[in-house]
Amino acid sequence: MSDPLLSVRDLHVTYRGERGVVPAVRGVSFDLAPGETLGLAGESGCGKSTIAGALLRVLPRGTQVTGEVLLDGEDVLAMKPGRLRAVRWTELSIVFQGALHALNPVQRIGDQIGEAIAIHRTADDTRARIAELLETVGIPERRIDDYPHQLSGGQRQRVLIALALACNPRVLIADEPTTALDVMVQAQVLDLLERLQRELSLSMIFITHDLSTLSDVCQRTAVMYAGRVVEEGDAAEVFARPAHPYTSALAAAFPRIGDQAHRMRPSGLAGDPPDPRSIPSGCPFHPRCAVSVAECPELDVELWPAGDRRRAACIHARDGAPHV
Amino acid sequence: MRETALRMSEVLLETRGLCVRFAARRGAVARAVDGVDLRVRRGEVLALVGESGCGKTTLARTIMGLERPAEGEVVYEGERIRYDGRFLRDYRGKVQMVFQDPMGSLNPRQTVYEAVAEGLRIQKRPGDEALRVADALSRAGLRPPERFLELYPYELSGGQRQRVVIAGAMALEPALLVADEPVSSLDASVRGEILKLMLDLVRETGVTILVVTHDLGLAWNIADRIAVMYLGRIVEEGPAEELLSEPRHPYTRALLSVVPEVEEMEQVILQGEAPDPTRIPAGCRFHPRCPLVASGEAARLGIEERCRGDDPGLHAVAPDHTAACHALRGAV
Repeated sequence: MSDPLLSVRDLHVTYRGERGVVPAVRGVSFDLAPGETLGLAGESGCGKSTIAGALLRVLPRGTQVTGEVLLDGEDVLAMKPGRLRAVRWTELSIVFQGALHALNPVQRIGDQIGEAIAIHRTADDTRARIAELLETVGIPERRIDDYPHQLSGGQRQRVLIALALACNPRVLIADEPTTALDVMVQAQVLDLLERLQRELSLSMIFITHDLSTLSDVCQRTAVMYAGRVVEEGDAAEVFARPAHPYTSALAAAFPRIGDQAHRMRPSGLAGDPPDPRSIPSGCPFHPRCAVSVAECPELDVELWPAGDRRRAACIHARDGAPHV
Repeated sequence: MRETALRMSEVLLETRGLCVRFAARRGAVARAVDGVDLRVRRGEVLALVGESGCGKTTLARTIMGLERPAEGEVVYEGERIRYDGRFLRDYRGKVQMVFQDPMGSLNPRQTVYEAVAEGLRIQKRPGDEALRVADALSRAGLRPPERFLELYPYELSGGQRQRVVIAGAMALEPALLVADEPVSSLDASVRGEILKLMLDLVRETGVTILVVTHDLGLAWNIADRIAVMYLGRIVEEGPAEELLSEPRHPYTRALLSVVPEVEEMEQVILQGEAPDPTRIPAGCRFHPRCPLVASGEAARLGIEERCRGDDPGLHAVAPDHTAACHALRGAV
């Protein structure tokens, strides 16, 4: 395997606010190879969007971030402001969730894209570049002077993608890019992202709670729970044959249509995702786990090997016996 | 019209030729619901599925008596619903609704007890209120109920809030529960538990559920039958398992093909967004996006003219299974 383009080492992110200290990310490491798409899966509060914010250093002031985010070996977290500005959008770029709110409602879409190009001086003919970008994402050039409200939800999401691509980044982070969209429009946007990833040889980090989408779009998936990665491996394999009981529950939340095991048998987990301010001891999943054993509340879990290029943070993986 | 004659006693609620219209911009009229005949059978879970803007939420609200139809009627237990305060109050004792966002449907200043008791008071239900509230909470999986009675919505998780909303609805022992995207705002791992609760309620209390959703996986999980809606009209209706494994209407087929949970189907990605209810196409309303028309298949079958000019209407494609498509005419 080639050297990773992006390598995240032991990332910790702690928010400090009025409501106290919130350890949102607690020691996360992963690599992203050139041209690879990595999925980050998990529910609200698991820390997946915080990771996106940490990679681009757009978290609130006062947030404590430790560890390393190595882009071609250079630590993004240690970059001086000038260098960081140069890297953002041109190297690392992001498509935020909620296309409705991420665009400036009183600025024409062409101007919003033009602004990113102008700041980074990445094109001589800005107007032509904007038109090219819009065409790339499937929006006709004549919409260049439209305001966001004149576009549908799917089109706005396309504009956000064009914006993220404006400065030819090498790594694109897509944070729930399809969550608020209808299933048919979702399919259109996923199709677009896959095409762009291929044509522009982008490396992508795709963040969502929907494991089945990840199994379609990504090569590898990391599943997060309570600020840590609890399972990682081949995306389709992780979805089809989870090694961690939390992954099984997440996979079952999106049943395969036709699978008799889930027909008239919805399955979920008891309890709720943990509050990052009071994370359970030991394996943080143990209070909701159907296969927990006496040791779990005290167990110092780490990612143990669980098969071919697969690791899982579960005592059953450590002991070599898959639980499912 | 239908091949399968249902005994009237099996039908809890039906809509007949239901049309709901809204004034849109520049004097245009949005035909949100545009001629829906739907029968909800006693004791079933019926999923009404479709993309946003197809009219499914408007249809649900009209069934609840929250919107008035421009044409047609809603018939509950053989009686046409009326829109006077007295009728509607009684009606809502029998037909209850659960909305998408539990935070939005709970009053932030009301305790769990107050929230669940409110409906009982409005309906002036006799008996021991405290006992009924505790029983409803317990049935909704909030056990022991005493632990929750004095809590406020902000002290609950998303899943617990939706359980409180369901408890409030079920405290009235309704015959029909209309649930609009009941789990779409919840965390993935919590959804299944709420769906399981809904199935348990059907089994234990015999309540009938009409669930409105865009999520076909949810329908696979809990629905007995499915009605697929497109641009204000039901375009296919049938037993859930059959409809999901052998979709007939080209729209249903396209919708299923893009769901990541379906693996074996060739993807048919329809272009454009869901179309505009102020400009419903003539002929089959799906024809401008229909893959059969676009591929020339309709022309080959010699039906293209009808696709563009004649409204197909629902017809039987299998026992207890209907679809509105010229290409499927004579399929049985």
